[in-house]
Amino acid sequence: MGYKKKTIILGIVALALACLYIFYDLRGNIGYILPKRAIKLIAIIITGGAIAFSTTIFMTITNNRILTPSVLGLDSLYLLLQTVIIFIFGSNSIVMMESSINYLISIVLMVLFSLLLYQFLFKGEKNNIYFLLLIGMILGTFFNSFTDFMQVLIDPNEFMVAQDAMFASINNVHTDLVWLSVVLIGLVLIYFSRFYKYLDVLSLGKDQAVNLGVPYDYVVKRLLIVVAILISVATALTGPITFLGLLVVNVTYEMMKTFRHLYILLGSIFLSIIALVGGQFIVEKIFTFNTTLSVIINFVGGVYFIYLLLKENRSW
Amino acid sequence: MVDLKNVFKAYNNKPVIEDVSLTIDKGTITSFIGPNGAGKSTLISMISRLIAKDNGDITIDGKDIFQAKNNDLAKKISILKQSNAINLKLTVRELVSFGRFPYSQGKLTKEDWGKVDEAIEYMELQDMQDKFLEELSGGQRQRAHIAMVIAQDTEYILLDEPLNNLDMRASTQIMKTLRKLVDEMSKTILIVIHDINFASCYSDNIVALKDGKVMKQGRACDVIDKCVLKDLYDMDIDIKEIDNRRICVYY
Repeated sequence: MGYKKKTIILGIVALALACLYIFYDLRGNIGYILPKRAIKLIAIIITGGAIAFSTTIFMTITNNRILTPSVLGLDSLYLLLQTVIIFIFGSNSIVMMESSINYLISIVLMVLFSLLLYQFLFKGEKNNIYFLLLIGMILGTFFNSFTDFMQVLIDPNEFMVAQDAMFASINNVHTDLVWLSVVLIGLVLIYFSRFYKYLDVLSLGKDQAVNLGVPYDYVVKRLLIVVAILISVATALTGPITFLGLLVVNVTYEMMKTFRHLYILLGSIFLSIIALVGGQFIVEKIFTFNTTLSVIINFVGGVYFIYLLLKENRSW
Repeated sequence: MVDLKNVFKAYNNKPVIEDVSLTIDKGTITSFIGPNGAGKSTLISMISRLIAKDNGDITIDGKDIFQAKNNDLAKKISILKQSNAINLKLTVRELVSFGRFPYSQGKLTKEDWGKVDEAIEYMELQDMQDKFLEELSGGQRQRAHIAMVIAQDTEYILLDEPLNNLDMRASTQIMKTLRKLVDEMSKTILIVIHDINFASCYSDNIVALKDGKVMKQGRACDVIDKCVLKDLYDMDIDIKEIDNRRICVYY
């Protein structure tokens, strides 16, 4: 079966799962339940799509299959920024009260920070994947610990607000941000379309990309901004889902056996939606909320991650 | 014509290329030889703008390469680095088609595919054009990469140790192709090479580098000389003339 066919099948499965999620056991006050489910579904789709999309691009830029924005701690960074904002402005400030302003400020900071991070980590003449991985792990832990530290320092009332801002999850989607996110993602995609043609060439590595006339630094920096915005959107809506990106993009590569980004991007987005919507459906209807989706994803992802690390020794 | 004037490059304040000035004529094969760490790869990477120079001027046909537009340059000069481990699921044909990117920006026209076919034929890869790169032997893979460079159809071709890890048959095959490219399609080829006998037999000019400086440059027969090579490698190298070719005996 070719990769085109596989992409279409994944798309159909994703669509079917989405319908199942919305229409399953639809009883009672339909006028209330239906919009509620729909908005949750949209949030899940945006999150899944954004994570898959950003991870694919990030892996292409950095030419590896292990480092994802989450492994580098970008989603932890988002949570840290939230805490810092509360720490500096207080929970009663306009920045905290108006969630969309907070959202936009966080995104701007995220973009700046990721560019800085990139400058430090990938600008060197040679970068060793294990070294980067180590740095990523340390940074992620650092961001988390620093977040905890600041939360200990702030006023307990403020802490409550911080908790709410940070503990978004699939079961507790920040629905007020959904429409803003849709607009934002639309804009990012329009911006991204100019750079789409470079993705396949970038995956050949920096030297080949330069050789083939890609304005490398210019393109990579802008793609990184796209990644930072998408990660912010996903994290703001549903909180960090660490291993999802790593998992779906790698599975997509294994499945598709092609380098063409059109199919890798579409495939990983569909797969991501399948994992999130399907997983959420199971959590809600079978486990009746006794477990959370991130537990399942992190467990499966963790096992797969170790497998990848061991396999990295050999060639792909 | 490739022109280097007082080119300088340092890593961590340690100079690797010092004050190199060179002129490379069109329609020749120029080999860069010298001991490890002489700065050959660095120099060739700078000529192909893969790494930045610290000082000096590098011009191709009178145009500064760091000022030129990326895409225009990609139609003029191409480089193949020694480590081109690509970890993608890529067939030979797909790899070669990447060579057309500067012209088509990823949307290959009929004409582009024609060039791809020509390049594959030129490197005699027709039988394996739909195989994945990982299934090929080292020599075949190197030929696939050279086919991509041919498809890129640039006047100048830079190769960084193209014979690395190849057996004699694959090596001669590649050197003969390069010679053909120069003689038949009047390309200009710059190549970093360790085997001085290959350099002696196949190149027009040789540049001998040591400690970041040009020790000697000139026609192949002038550089393949007992005194020059002794200074260059710090060892006695006997040179025998066999069938009008200068062969170094250093074993």
